[in-house]
Amino acid sequence: MKTLLYTSALAFICMITEMLNLRKFILPVAIVGLCVVFGINFWEWGNAQSYYYNMVVTDDFSVAFSGLFLFLGILILLLSGNFYKNEESKLSDYLAITLFTIVGAIALVSFGNMAMFFLGIEVLSISLYVLAGSKKKELRSNEAGMKYFLMGSFASGILLFGIALIYGETGSFDLQQIAEFATNNQLSSLFYVGAGMILIAMLFKVSAAPFHFWAPDVYEGSPTLTTATMATLAKVAAFAAFYRLFSSSLVNAIPAFAWVLSGVAALTLTIGNFSALQQDSFKRMLAYSGISHAGYLLLGILSLYGKTDNAIFFYSVAYGISSMAAFAVAIVVAANAGSEKIEAFNGLGKRKPFLAAALTIAILSMAGIPPFAGFFGKYYIFSEAIRNGHLYITLFAVVASIVSVYYYFKVIIAMYTEESSEVVFSIKPAYTVVIGICIALTLALGLFPGILQLL
Amino acid sequence: MLLLITLFLPLLFALLTYLSGNRYAKYVALLGGLLAFVGCNLLKQSLVSNQLEPLGYTHDWIANPLIAFSLTVDGLALSLIALTTFLIPLIVFTTYSKTIENAKAFYSLILLMEFGLLGVFMAADGFLYYVFWELALIPIYFIALLWGENRDKAFRNRAIFKFFVYTLAGSLFMLIGFIYLYQYSGSFSIQSLYTLNLSNTEQVVLFWAFFIAFAIKIPVFPFHTWQPDTYKEAPTAGTMLLSGIMLKMGLYSLLRWLLPVLPHGVEFWTPYVIVLATIGVLYGSIIAIKQDDLKKLLAYSSFAHVGLITAGIFTLTREGMQGAIVQMFAHGFNVVGLFYAAEIILQRTGTLSISQLGGIRSVAPKFATVFMIVVLASVALPTTNAFIGEFLLLFASFQYNTWLAVAAGFTIIFSAVYMLRMYQLSMLGETNEKTAGFQDLNWQEMLVFVLIIMGIFQIGLVPSSFLGMMENSIDQILSFSLR
Repeated sequence: MKTLLYTSALAFICMITEMLNLRKFILPVAIVGLCVVFGINFWEWGNAQSYYYNMVVTDDFSVAFSGLFLFLGILILLLSGNFYKNEESKLSDYLAITLFTIVGAIALVSFGNMAMFFLGIEVLSISLYVLAGSKKKELRSNEAGMKYFLMGSFASGILLFGIALIYGETGSFDLQQIAEFATNNQLSSLFYVGAGMILIAMLFKVSAAPFHFWAPDVYEGSPTLTTATMATLAKVAAFAAFYRLFSSSLVNAIPAFAWVLSGVAALTLTIGNFSALQQDSFKRMLAYSGISHAGYLLLGILSLYGKTDNAIFFYSVAYGISSMAAFAVAIVVAANAGSEKIEAFNGLGKRKPFLAAALTIAILSMAGIPPFAGFFGKYYIFSEAIRNGHLYITLFAVVASIVSVYYYFKVIIAMYTEESSEVVFSIKPAYTVVIGICIALTLALGLFPGILQLL
Repeated sequence: MLLLITLFLPLLFALLTYLSGNRYAKYVALLGGLLAFVGCNLLKQSLVSNQLEPLGYTHDWIANPLIAFSLTVDGLALSLIALTTFLIPLIVFTTYSKTIENAKAFYSLILLMEFGLLGVFMAADGFLYYVFWELALIPIYFIALLWGENRDKAFRNRAIFKFFVYTLAGSLFMLIGFIYLYQYSGSFSIQSLYTLNLSNTEQVVLFWAFFIAFAIKIPVFPFHTWQPDTYKEAPTAGTMLLSGIMLKMGLYSLLRWLLPVLPHGVEFWTPYVIVLATIGVLYGSIIAIKQDDLKKLLAYSSFAHVGLITAGIFTLTREGMQGAIVQMFAHGFNVVGLFYAAEIILQRTGTLSISQLGGIRSVAPKFATVFMIVVLASVALPTTNAFIGEFLLLFASFQYNTWLAVAAGFTIIFSAVYMLRMYQLSMLGETNEKTAGFQDLNWQEMLVFVLIIMGIFQIGLVPSSFLGMMENSIDQILSFSLR
């Protein structure tokens, strides 16, 4: 609860400092503030509490995920100082909106009521709509913002419809009461239709096929830092909310939708990986690879009645930090080469060995190769899925992850074997720091995954 | 403790090599390789003083899932550790005459790979073993990709990438296999996997999860298609690593992780595997006869030899395993010697095409002599190491099935045909403009060959001490795989 309040307060402070003409201090204040909140967040570890008649419920799950969001938020803020340096007049807007994104994400892991859940979704999404379209003079950014908004609000509508149907069946918005009703009563089809609609909306938010069509265009059109936010923070938040909602109140619906979920996971893995094969834009490739990662995480949702929160958390952390490193490298390369194509990475191994090595590690981690964090992420997800009896879809996921090696290694091959166009390269220290932190964590979690067995 | 030091020395020196800069990298790398070899010799001594009881080390690593950092060394593991630690400094040394671009990365990757290989041979925990298995793959991928010599870069990228995807695909199925086993055992430790009671159906299916990974690495027909191009495209040091040591990972894993863990699965599939392996023997030999490219010829001959080793392992007899282990060891020496000879020919004449060579013996008698000895060892002439191995393997296949022995026996005849034909065309006859200026070996190259030849005759003349070290390991494998 404190985390949620303080982060919101920080966002307001950001807006006020702008009014007081203290523009210079905004970024340091925001970063330090988030670090403090990050520390405070863990005070709530170990004592689950509920606030405002169960509107907000904090427990270990919410603290762990909030910690991850704050951490990713700090990294994003570290990158943003440089990213927005040509638009300093709007820096406070960007920062405040980014902070609200984090607020939305935190709300999405600490809700105890459908209303709060919807609020979280909307705060997160609306902030992202704005950020996606924030390059006002660029056509593609406008298109991305518009597309995301239209599709996203449509999904929100379906979500509301589903919540309404659940309310109609159970007579409550409270997760606990819904869960009690669902276990004690014979459920009518109203409940399942409602749960199905919520499922569709959530599948949209996590960009699972066949609700993924917005993702590549929006990812490609948005400013790269916003893409990074969407791909890491927003996606993980949506998955955490997905898990929390379905594991707490709608768990009875999961067996009914098991086949659907398996099918969606298989489709997501197929479409994500095979479309990524054909991309020559790095951002678009990461968008499709993000879709395929949603497919792996869906295996965790599919077997959530076996308590897979730890597997999902580990996978989210591994995926979050690896993607953040990849996006940071992409921002540097795009700023210097002026292109987001994979060819822009040609010869990076000779020009900037540090960047190339970092991107290689990030990619190997995303491809799930030991001893990097992503490997254990995949391992936990796969072993949970097998433990809960989903052997065939796991085998399918394994085949899909072999396919993913093809496009991931396209970048590695480009970096190390292609000749470079000699461009003078400059990296700002903030980027070095962010990339360094992400890579160090990727390695540390790969060697000692035990340190992140929180849940 | 000694285990840990021997295992981590290469990792430490990989780091030091990288930090020492391009100029001194090769010296630091050689020092690291030699120290690891010393460590291996100390391991041997303590193993002998321990009456060949396996040495072990265990430390907690991950609580959930239960994974221990658990190592063990018995005779079988030691033989492969010895092979690795002996060949790595040798391979490093063979590159001394060349100038290597970005040398610090190159040598550091070689040592990193040694770390992975030693880990695979020492690991006594399935998961740890898997991690090392993957770890050994990444350095060789980069070595082959970045330091390959062929001009046609696109082709090289494709060939090396094919190798990577093949092996990775295999190992992912192995991972699923391990996860499945873990659901029953609750632990990845080798002892708990050895004593699992799985139903026959499960074993029959699971067999393939593991066997595909090993079969790709070895390679067994029909999983071999990555091999010839990769061997050809990789730099010779990489080819030596791949053929001399890396494929032993697959053979070793058959003995350590497949036979004892899934005895009924193995029993069920044995005839099929033996047929596949025998097809590989004949197919590899026949293709080798037609090869003009020296490296490809050696690749196919290596493919044929490991086919015979696989068949020997799957006879599930003591002689088969003895032969397999000896032959794994011997093949490592011989194939490195052969590829080194190929490298010398390539460096001096600029070609690997046998038909463009000829007459080298008349200008380089020393080279011709040592090359002849290595060739004869690889065709299993008595008194050489491969003779002991192939004899035991053929004896085991004869026990299993006469027709198998007949088919496998062709490997010796065929290998004599293609190796001697290769030798004749490249070394004998008249010199031409490419070979006329062929310089004889210098002392460095001579030293490498002398070391290899010493190894060849040591096993060839006194195999009993080597085989004695293996008895305990073979007893253990047999007792679990025939349960």
